Amino acid sequence: MEKDTVLEVKDLNVSFYTNQRCNNVLRGISFSLRKGKTLCVVGESGCGKSVTASSVMQLLPELSRIEGGSITYRYRDEEVRIDKLGKNSSQMRALRGEEIAMIFQDPMTALNPVFTVGYQISEMLRAHMRISEKEAMARSVELLKDMGVPLPEQRVHEYPHQFSGGMRQRAMIAMAMACKPKILIADEPTTALDVTIQAQIFDLMLELKEKNDMAILLITHDMGVVAEMADDVAVMYMGNIVESGTAEEVLGSPRHPYTKALLASIPVLGRGHNQDLQPIKGSTPDPFDRPHGCQFEPRCGFSCPECSLAMPEEVIVSGTHMVRCCRCKEVV
Amino acid sequence: MNSKSLNRKMDELQRKEKAGLLETSNRSRTLRKLTSNKLALIGAFLFIVMVFLSVFAFLFTQYDPNAIDLRNRLSPPSREHILGTDQIGRDVWARILYGGRISIFIGVGSALGSALIGVSLGTYAGYRGGWLDSVIMKISEVMISFPQIILVSLLVTIVGQSLWNLFFIFILTGWPSMYRMARSQMLSIREEEYIQALKAFGIPRYVIAFKHMLPNAIGPTFVNITLSTAMFILQEASLSFLGLGVPLEQATWGNILNIAQDLTILRSAWWTWLPVGIVITVFVLAINFMGDGLRDAADPTQVG
Amino acid sequence: MSEVLLSVKGLKTYFPVKKGVFKRTVGYVKAVDDVSLDVYRGETLGIVGESGCGKTTLGKSILQLCHPTAGKVEYSFPDGVHDLMTMKGKELDDVRKRLQIVFQDPYSSLNPAFTIFGSFSDPLRKFGVRSRKDREKLVGDLLEAVNLPRSYMTRYPNEFSGGQRQRIGIARALSVSPELIICDEAVSALDVSIQAQVLKLLKELQEERSLTYIFITHDLSVVEYVSDRIAVMYLGKVVELAETDELFRDTIHPYTKALLSAIPIADITKKRKRIPLQGDVPSPVNPPSGCPFHPRCSFCQDRCRTEIPVLRRLEGTGKEHYVCCHRAEEFLAEIEGKGGNA
Repeated sequence: MEKDTVLEVKDLNVSFYTNQRCNNVLRGISFSLRKGKTLCVVGESGCGKSVTASSVMQLLPELSRIEGGSITYRYRDEEVRIDKLGKNSSQMRALRGEEIAMIFQDPMTALNPVFTVGYQISEMLRAHMRISEKEAMARSVELLKDMGVPLPEQRVHEYPHQFSGGMRQRAMIAMAMACKPKILIADEPTTALDVTIQAQIFDLMLELKEKNDMAILLITHDMGVVAEMADDVAVMYMGNIVESGTAEEVLGSPRHPYTKALLASIPVLGRGHNQDLQPIKGSTPDPFDRPHGCQFEPRCGFSCPECSLAMPEEVIVSGTHMVRCCRCKEVV
Repeated sequence: MNSKSLNRKMDELQRKEKAGLLETSNRSRTLRKLTSNKLALIGAFLFIVMVFLSVFAFLFTQYDPNAIDLRNRLSPPSREHILGTDQIGRDVWARILYGGRISIFIGVGSALGSALIGVSLGTYAGYRGGWLDSVIMKISEVMISFPQIILVSLLVTIVGQSLWNLFFIFILTGWPSMYRMARSQMLSIREEEYIQALKAFGIPRYVIAFKHMLPNAIGPTFVNITLSTAMFILQEASLSFLGLGVPLEQATWGNILNIAQDLTILRSAWWTWLPVGIVITVFVLAINFMGDGLRDAADPTQVG
Repeated sequence: MSEVLLSVKGLKTYFPVKKGVFKRTVGYVKAVDDVSLDVYRGETLGIVGESGCGKTTLGKSILQLCHPTAGKVEYSFPDGVHDLMTMKGKELDDVRKRLQIVFQDPYSSLNPAFTIFGSFSDPLRKFGVRSRKDREKLVGDLLEAVNLPRSYMTRYPNEFSGGQRQRIGIARALSVSPELIICDEAVSALDVSIQAQVLKLLKELQEERSLTYIFITHDLSVVEYVSDRIAVMYLGKVVELAETDELFRDTIHPYTKALLSAIPIADITKKRKRIPLQGDVPSPVNPPSGCPFHPRCSFCQDRCRTEIPVLRRLEGTGKEHYVCCHRAEEFLAEIEGKGGNA
């Protein structure tokens, strides 16, 4: 394991068992998270990007389980196998919040409406540290101030519904940052917010990352967000990471047909009224009726007979740039 | 469920999935959840059996439920009278069977009646909103807060005891809860975009409300009908027990229980009141099991 | 430019805020506050803004799906221009045939209890397609027009993916062969790979059937791709209105500038400087005095705090560029000095 890697996921397999079916949601994904860097996991709905986040936090729903692979957290020269810990073990609970924190898409449902924001932050602090109620409250005010919430002394006593969407997300981040975690997992943190507020939240996240040398795992569906935020990128499709590498490698010279097609199908601001969009044909397959080989094969413009045999292995094209496509050499 | 058995279940599913045995069933998820709920199935079975026994009562007893046999008063269960006879010699088994007809009829009938009124008012008023909705809402609040027993005594003193009194009062006091439920359903469906689309086509209000919205609101109504059937049967029993329900000479489950007001009978002739008590309990339980099963099956937040 | 199809004049839609036991009206949400704009036949007018700016209410007010408080919505019918707001009952049927709407959420825009044919049937019958056979043929044709097989008409909505549902929603709007379609966030809920399919389809249909679109969205990249002209809304008002290329080249209003700079661009070769916006969108119940944008604006002057600016045409550009800002001329001069925004 590299020295500045804080989290390493290897060959992770996760299945969901709802409706009397077995859905292999994650099909062997591997990635690593580096200290002080942002990894963006990007993909369409149903590709398994949120499941990746909840597996790392051991917050998978009841009717699902990790089938194989490993999630290793590097913790002061020690290594903790998160996948081996129980969902509710004291170790896992200590890890959550203190070492790895998570923020969610909808800050309204992630905060409890019957308690004040300050109470919720100080409760979180007191769960992980031995401090008095008064100290915790003072710390909460400080945290809100750090997150750029105006009038923190007053707002700490207000309820979530008195906060606007952007402010709620700031409060959520304050809560996540309470114990100075090493990793922040953000699952579509700005999807429910307006673009001007989204920009504010991203600026805040980048600032916190710099200050605390924290690693960020950012889950998103927006290629624009990836281009703005990411140091590293992992593109997911139907439970596989099909391409990963640094942002320049993946977005600058995509080698997987899916990444390429995705980039060609979104309108980009500034390219004007007559830009040529190339939609990806078809739609994402039914997870219970998957293609046999490469998951993208039926929609791919580069498909060949070999593609329908098996999911291609990981190929390192250059540096850290990984692609899972048997014709990646031709895709330029 | 403990984690070991859950894991075993998952292993089983995974094995089957790999073998390609599983298919997404075309049966609705609601139906599957209902049929895998054992308690609900038992409830449905008991319900059907008891309804069948009551409807075809003449097949299961040769006695007339109202035939008085003064030589055989308060005789304990025997070969001739399986559940004995009451204080004027009527066969208790026959009375329970025939009484079931009226009790079930009152229960199911009042539930359907209040559903008909409540749901149709709720559907239209809930969709339209405005003053109509608030007026009906206020009326329903008045109806709910009125003690039933006073209404019943009032009617009994004015027109005398009858089966139709009970009907009338049960429906009068029963529709508001149906109304509220239907209304709240409509309020959420009203905001769905397909309703907006229909409005954009200028489709008449009543067509939108009854044809396009009602089918989506009907699920919870069924649950409510089953549960209020149970409630009405219990209410009939308690009102008849007090002598305010169906005229005493007509056999209903409540009227049979009425006899237990006499302390000596309560002490010495258990067969006159205990069996019917059990029957009422079992029947109400069966309906509640069914209703709970329906509710869980219709609830999309519970996965199976 | 061609003829004006729809003209909105001073449209206001206020929703009362009621409080207390007696439901006294304590104030109004000014969802749409004095909006005037023209829509030309055959064009796509994009309306952009953040949540709560009143763009959806504007769309519904035009369609008379909610009741505007004041103003006029004039539409040019074959027999002359009429105000939709004065129309009632049967008169509105003609409006319903000419103006249609496509909604945002593909999951709530189709009735789960009906097959696709069932969902189409009532509107078609209302507009005079009496026999079932004719209706079936028409629904099949419509499905083919949006690139779906005819056989889908007997299926239920839960069998379709989001993109397919959105196509069905478009087909339903087309069923009465309207002239103007309001697309209310029509692609916002779709996956990126599906978005492009639907956007292309909308463009193709526009050419085939010479449709006019009002395209309401919060996504500037999408609106840039589809629209001929764009109106930017903020707190119930149109703050800037211009042709698409013009708007992106010579952005005048500080809000539009900030909005443009806040959008993440999926192109790592372009790194721009962000213009940070302070604070949140104020509540439309009691908007700030003067210019509604002044508390967040970095170019705010005393005048902006007291005097409400009006939307006016920029003189001297020779273009149809409307801005609602006291300092518009200064900003324009700045741009001309620099030779356009970077």
